[in-house]
Amino acid sequence: MATAAATGMVAAPRPSLLDRFSRAVDRYVLFLFTALAIVYLMLPVAVMALFSFNDPIGRSNVAWRAFTLDAWLSPFGVPGLEDAVWTSIRIAFVSTIVATALGTLIALALVRYRFRGQGTANLLIFLPMATPEIILGASLLTMFVALGQPPFFPLNELTILIAHIMFNISFVVVTVRARLAGFDRNLEEAAMDLGANEWTTFWRVTFPLILPGVMAAALLAFSLSIDDFVITNFTAGRTVTFPMFIWGAQRIGIPPQVNVIGTLIFAVAVGLVAISTLLQSRNARRAARLRTVA
Amino acid sequence: MGTLLKRHRGLIPFLLLAPGVLWLLVFYAYPAVQMFISSFWSGTLETGFSFSLDNWTTYPAAIERYSEQFGRSVAFAGAATILAFLVGFPLAYAIAFRGGRYKALLLFLVIAPFFTSFLLRTFSWKIILGDDGMVIGPLKEIGLVDSGFRVLATPIAVVSGITYNFLPFMTLPMYVALEKLDKRLIEAAQDLYAGPWRPGGTIAGALFGAGTFALLAAIFGFDVLVMALAGGVVGGIVGTLFLSEAFVRVTLPLALPGVFAGTLLTFIPAMGDYVNAALLGNPSTNMIGNVIQSRFLTNADYPTAAALSFILMAAILVAVAAYARLLGTESLTTGRGV
Repeated sequence: MATAAATGMVAAPRPSLLDRFSRAVDRYVLFLFTALAIVYLMLPVAVMALFSFNDPIGRSNVAWRAFTLDAWLSPFGVPGLEDAVWTSIRIAFVSTIVATALGTLIALALVRYRFRGQGTANLLIFLPMATPEIILGASLLTMFVALGQPPFFPLNELTILIAHIMFNISFVVVTVRARLAGFDRNLEEAAMDLGANEWTTFWRVTFPLILPGVMAAALLAFSLSIDDFVITNFTAGRTVTFPMFIWGAQRIGIPPQVNVIGTLIFAVAVGLVAISTLLQSRNARRAARLRTVA
Repeated sequence: MGTLLKRHRGLIPFLLLAPGVLWLLVFYAYPAVQMFISSFWSGTLETGFSFSLDNWTTYPAAIERYSEQFGRSVAFAGAATILAFLVGFPLAYAIAFRGGRYKALLLFLVIAPFFTSFLLRTFSWKIILGDDGMVIGPLKEIGLVDSGFRVLATPIAVVSGITYNFLPFMTLPMYVALEKLDKRLIEAAQDLYAGPWRPGGTIAGALFGAGTFALLAAIFGFDVLVMALAGGVVGGIVGTLFLSEAFVRVTLPLALPGVFAGTLLTFIPAMGDYVNAALLGNPSTNMIGNVIQSRFLTNADYPTAAALSFILMAAILVAVAAYARLLGTESLTTGRGV
């Protein structure tokens, strides 16, 4: 309307009071709403961090009492917590490596090639993400029970690992695929024209360019694995991971040490994302430079 | 090896797919089949299980015995999906259209809660909503609510927990759809005299508001008529102020795939959730997930638990199939689905 008035082509009617009011509301209310929504999203994280400094009476850490650094000074000062954390990290590490490798290969196949059964493959990758975790866990449990009865297939770190790799593959495919979609294939053709074979082209051109996507996928897989409770609940047997430890402690009270570990995991994850974002924007700039050269 | 690949280039995609797809077939698809088989088992963990088709009676027995929890799952998941949409859509819209150079940061803040343990976040709500906690405590002190008032162990606590935990799943696909939207289309609509949309916006807003509030009231057991009236008034005001013709005719239709995806990605995990009901509710707010969990892990009643899981999965497969039919399988893994 303003432009029409400025060019003088159409005589713009004066905006009504309601129009002006709704424009002002549009500007400020949406901003306020976004701010409140972000506060809402971050509030439980803040409460978790806050209660890591609490000095609770007994085991129930639900009411604020007094500030103390005790839990931060002895983060593993609760029996069993240290083992649980290391078990979680071990499982997250191995499942991330395996799932990232398998998922990246699938993403390459889906983006690079057209083949029969592509729709089915897409569906098979989507379904684990769309299935509630409880069903992923429960169906794996029935399989482990059916494998040898009685006593059934022993549930341990290995069965957790199998489950975590399974649910991580799909998330890796989706993440890597999103990066591959914007990938300039001319760069590969240029490398081949300059005499590189497919193997060299992959490792010297393709892989460095998709590496940020692969790293983002690995980061996602790691954080999904280290945080997983539901599927682990069904496949863990007596193995205690960090979330399983919280579940067990929850009934009698979560010690503040758990909040310390939770806060540390949050801080490390946020830091890693920041680093990978920086690397990615640097790589994007490099790719843009290469493209202008090509 | 190299020459073999050169001769059979068509094999390359299958070689790339094979390891991952095999893993999914063995540890995702086969267990689902096994779960179906297990629902026809009878026996106990000590004596071992035997399969017989005669055990189909497990299904009607399970449905009858746990229909209340099934109903509650649908109701709670539905309420949480509606609430997550009401919060998530304006949020996604604001980030996509008004984010400016803070877009990436805002988006990061939306997913940042995922970097904390799901259990710890849910437990934080137990602290926040506690009977004398930071919200209810002050309300009691100023006498706004009586001393017996509590949110914990009610459907409201469980639904707020679910809404909170799945809000990012609702917001992200809607954001992707809005972000991809060609903004020039909206300008074009405005150039073609798409102005504010009154009184259409008032009526549409009032109807939508009344409908959603009535549905929420029915689920929480509030007075449906009063809530519908309140929702109508709020929706009418919001509709009058915000619904423009360009929004209704351009933005909303183009954002619909994102709304579908977000709805599915919120409703499905919410249906199977048991953590929120276990941490924030009490036995009278148990959902079907709580039953499946305790049947499997406490009672070792595998046949019933498998039957319940299978019913839940079948319902979800139908929803996914409808979605795939509507939008195609490609959209499932290209990121628009997530």
